[in-house]
Amino acid sequence: MASEKVKLLGYWASPFALKVHWALKLKGIEYEYQEEDLSNKSPLLLQYNPVHKKIPVLVHNGKPIAESLVILEYIEETWKHNPLLPEDPYERAKARFWAKFVDDKCVPGIFGTFAKVGVEQQKIAKEARENLKILEDELGKKHFFGDAKIGFMDVTSAWIICWAQIVEEVVDIRLIDAEEMPSLVSWFQNVLEAAPILKECTPPKDKLLEHNKGFHEMLVASAPS
Amino acid sequence: MANDQVIQLDFWPSMYGMRLRIALAEKEIKYEYRDEDLRNKSPLLLQMNPIHKKIPVLIHNGKPICESIIGVEYIDEVWKDKAPLLPSDPYERAQARFWADYIDKKLYATGSKIYTATGDEQEAGKKDFVEILKVLEGALGEKPYYGGDNFGFGDIALIGFYCWFHAYEVYGNFSIEAECPNLVAWAKRCMQRDSVAKTLPDQHKIIEFVKILREKLGLE
Ligand SMILES: N[C@@H](CCC(=O)N[C@@H](CS)C(=O)NCC(=O)O)C(=O)O
Ligand SMILES: N[C@@H](CCC(=O)N[C@@H](CS)C(=O)NCC(=O)O)C(=O)O
Repeated sequence: MASEKVKLLGYWASPFALKVHWALKLKGIEYEYQEEDLSNKSPLLLQYNPVHKKIPVLVHNGKPIAESLVILEYIEETWKHNPLLPEDPYERAKARFWAKFVDDKCVPGIFGTFAKVGVEQQKIAKEARENLKILEDELGKKHFFGDAKIGFMDVTSAWIICWAQIVEEVVDIRLIDAEEMPSLVSWFQNVLEAAPILKECTPPKDKLLEHNKGFHEMLVASAPS
Repeated sequence: MANDQVIQLDFWPSMYGMRLRIALAEKEIKYEYRDEDLRNKSPLLLQMNPIHKKIPVLIHNGKPICESIIGVEYIDEVWKDKAPLLPSDPYERAQARFWADYIDKKLYATGSKIYTATGDEQEAGKKDFVEILKVLEGALGEKPYYGGDNFGFGDIALIGFYCWFHAYEVYGNFSIEAECPNLVAWAKRCMQRDSVAKTLPDQHKIIEFVKILREKLGLE
């Protein structure tokens, strides 16, 4: 695969783009990165992801792939070294199940806590905590969802811990209780420390926090009262 | 895999359950079908899918696989010698997964507004639903099936909705065939396969089912 051309359209503060960065780095794939201005999307993004018009989009030899989980599967199948998914079909189904659980249940809960106000906010925060607790119980005493080493579910989903902590700080609502969810608290850190290249391509938390504070002020200001 | 034990926890009108039933039929896998009463879920269902408590659940030699799309992929990976469902090319596989995800995110939630909502909300649901179907029709393009020349994963993800079309049409007062002729032609093509024809319930049974649902919601 000598003349491969790999390009990622992303946005620096996007966790969905971050997981694609992580997967590419873990596989040691060279790629070009294009930062998108989401308030003024490039013609390239609109052309490559006409359905959702969202980043991330991975472009491999001119062919675009959208949706981060789909991109991760593609990366896994195209570059088979350093596998992220186990070989056993049942274990693969489990990894996919938990990655989907995070996308369907935890992510809306965390983002909803960020974006909503009042009773609605309290309600969704409670659901988020319940779903995070389910995740905690599944992780148990393990370091990673991939067990001894970092795997698919860790790459797709560990970011939610960092983002949940940011949301906690911005809106002052607890999501991850250190006593109730000790494994989740260390999960994100475990992943970052699994390989130095992951840390290098992850935006610093204080920068993300500052960005999200600004974003939240904008949301609140534009919300109908 | 002669000694495989496969049990499917399902509910007959479920388009998600139909995905697994079709995949199992394509692979010619023998299994035990159990219809669940969703208002009174069996202990087995609660035990096998404690997180979502939803059907379908595929139980293979005692181990549960939840989420229909993941189940179809599992079936394809375990019984890989017969009737491949996902294409072999990674890019085509990604396309198939992308559309399955699109269907999961949009179709049921939007379509159900047509028979559970009224007034403006119903109209909005109908408009969105037609738009989604048109996007899906566009994705099919001139191909006979979503994956190209052969019936496969993308078709399995969508075809279960076909037996609900009539219900959408009756309660939304519109014709899907008039809006999306190629999509309906594709569905009819899929219906020529045994695996699909034998799985999908009669459209009128679905209408009756929706009617009962509407009665419960006080809409009839
Ligand atoms: N489900 C998508 C989510 C991607 C997503 O939400 N991207 C955001 C940035 S974090 C975006 O591009 N938003 C632009 C928009 O919605 O207009 C994935 O997993 O890739
Ligand atoms: N994402 C799931 C959806 C399954 C689903 O929505 N199942 C419904 C019936 S069609 C269910 O079991 N509902 C029971 C309940 O919510 O209590 C899949 O693809 O398997």
